[in-house]
Amino acid sequence: MSPTSPTILSELAPPPAAPAPGTDGYITADGRKIGGVLMDLRHITLRFGGVTAIKDISFDIREGEIRAIIGPNGAGKSSMMNVMSGFYVPQEGEVWFRGAKRPPMRPYQVARQGLARTFQNIALFDGMSVLDNIMTGRLTMMKSSLLEQALWWGRAEAEETRHREQVEKIIDFLEIQNIRKTPVGRLPYGLKKRVELARALAAEPKLLMLDEPMAGMNVEEKEDMSRFILDVNDEFGTTIALIEHDMGVVMDLSDRVVVMDYGRKIGDGTPDEVRNNQEVIDAYLGVAHD
Amino acid sequence: MDQLLYASEVLVNGLMTGVMYSLVALGFVLIFKASGVFNYAQGVLALFAALTLVGIQQGQVPFAHLINAITGSHISSFGWTVPSLLAILLTALVMVGLAILIETLVLKHLVGQEPIIMFMATIGLAYFLEGLGDIMWGADVKTLDVGLPQGISETAEAWTAALTGYGFFIDRLDIWATVIAALLVAALVAFSQYTKQGRAMRAVADDHQAALSVGISLRFIWVMVWSIAGFVALVAGIMWGTKSGVQFSLSLIALKALPVLMLGGFTSIPGAIVGGLIIGVGEKLFEFYVGPLVGGATEAWFAYVLALIFLVFRPQGLFGERIIERV
Repeated sequence: MSPTSPTILSELAPPPAAPAPGTDGYITADGRKIGGVLMDLRHITLRFGGVTAIKDISFDIREGEIRAIIGPNGAGKSSMMNVMSGFYVPQEGEVWFRGAKRPPMRPYQVARQGLARTFQNIALFDGMSVLDNIMTGRLTMMKSSLLEQALWWGRAEAEETRHREQVEKIIDFLEIQNIRKTPVGRLPYGLKKRVELARALAAEPKLLMLDEPMAGMNVEEKEDMSRFILDVNDEFGTTIALIEHDMGVVMDLSDRVVVMDYGRKIGDGTPDEVRNNQEVIDAYLGVAHD
Repeated sequence: MDQLLYASEVLVNGLMTGVMYSLVALGFVLIFKASGVFNYAQGVLALFAALTLVGIQQGQVPFAHLINAITGSHISSFGWTVPSLLAILLTALVMVGLAILIETLVLKHLVGQEPIIMFMATIGLAYFLEGLGDIMWGADVKTLDVGLPQGISETAEAWTAALTGYGFFIDRLDIWATVIAALLVAALVAFSQYTKQGRAMRAVADDHQAALSVGISLRFIWVMVWSIAGFVALVAGIMWGTKSGVQFSLSLIALKALPVLMLGGFTSIPGAIVGGLIIGVGEKLFEFYVGPLVGGATEAWFAYVLALIFLVFRPQGLFGERIIERV
């Protein structure tokens, strides 16, 4: 991977809206290097019985990018994320991840490939402490066997300590030190969202998928969450795909935006391009159909 | 004074009986915690484990009756006996195999179904396993002897006699059962709290979708949980089988586990232990003090009445998770 385009160029001209797969990426307006294609979705079609939730959608996500999927209610955004994370299997189309076509897989296998996600309606382990919840994010990285674990022997102890250290770093990073031992069920909504992000981060994912990370939050919580998302991308270089309702937030955060409406892709490009796209404006503001 | 000493002896024996109840209840708690399913088949699992253990130990040919009926032969035994420890190990393996079968043939197809449907499936499983046990090993009452000491413990009698001037009657098997149960519980608690598989198990119990998203294989965890439950059933089967012979009424001890679970809470391993002890001691002491006043035989119903009272005042049990509804 050798991103060669000079920074100065990207400041003059907007980056190409959707670089063709295989090209080397681009440099963002704020000077971050975006790499090659990490995930490529090709002609995805998803149907539930007679309802077509996603209709022939293609787009890619590049390394180091913050990629947003937006659209009105029922546009198929969450379905798209479920396809990406393996919860739904599309009837047509291919998912390419890190240069290889993904064979049919169960969601836990997808997770083990390096995809972590959060859910629109928070899916945490309510009965477990914050620490334990975040530790589950590292389960797939623990290599000691069932027997070693059961007997607390061999690699088991050293491994637990090492992973615990990583988890503590994430806890510090997301500023949730004071609730470390609290059962998740007792936390307020905003903090739960943050713990869910922490659990996803703990997996050190290659692609982090956030399904409406700011839904139902107040302005202050939204600002915090935006800051964390940017910091995660900045400090760990994590590629992030996010679904969001709040247009303002999306435009500030993301490098490129996919716009969906009624299961179709109606726009794809930088926030500015998308904002000026007539079809997108129609979808959001409503337009009289003849 | 004598009355009090005698009561203490009753109490100690109640504790020992309670341990046996706890052993059965443990298996229920494990599966309930991991899958939210009340496993009706747990008692039968204990019976099946005990049958298999005796069968392997005595070198019985499995399905002998069936083979004889079809081929007209008269086989019944391989003619060898297997050492107890090896037989227990082999039976544990059979229980793991059974767990894999249950997962593949039953549970896998019921993912995401209502708990009541899973519950009905375990009822079916219970009857199937009972029939399978019968057809594999025969329906006759068997004696189980894996070398656990039995009979009155002279040491305990001597100790208590020296301390109080009155020698307690304590069965050595009960003492062993207590020790083994304590070890088993300690191991299980440590496993579920401090290992990655234990953490994964708790995660699956809490939220299937979230568990999948962090890369936990539900199928692996279910096989693991049913294997552990099978192992606990094996231990319970050994204890009860040694005490009262391996017979089909063994599966009914599952019924006694119900009040234990209601007391201790369906989701708590320590709860299963404490619940078992309270029921054990409670029913023995109740029989001792109140029994004579009401014509005896209170042991048959005491546990259930106690469970009913608990259901009214503390439905989640002593240690169960409090159900908090957010509105």
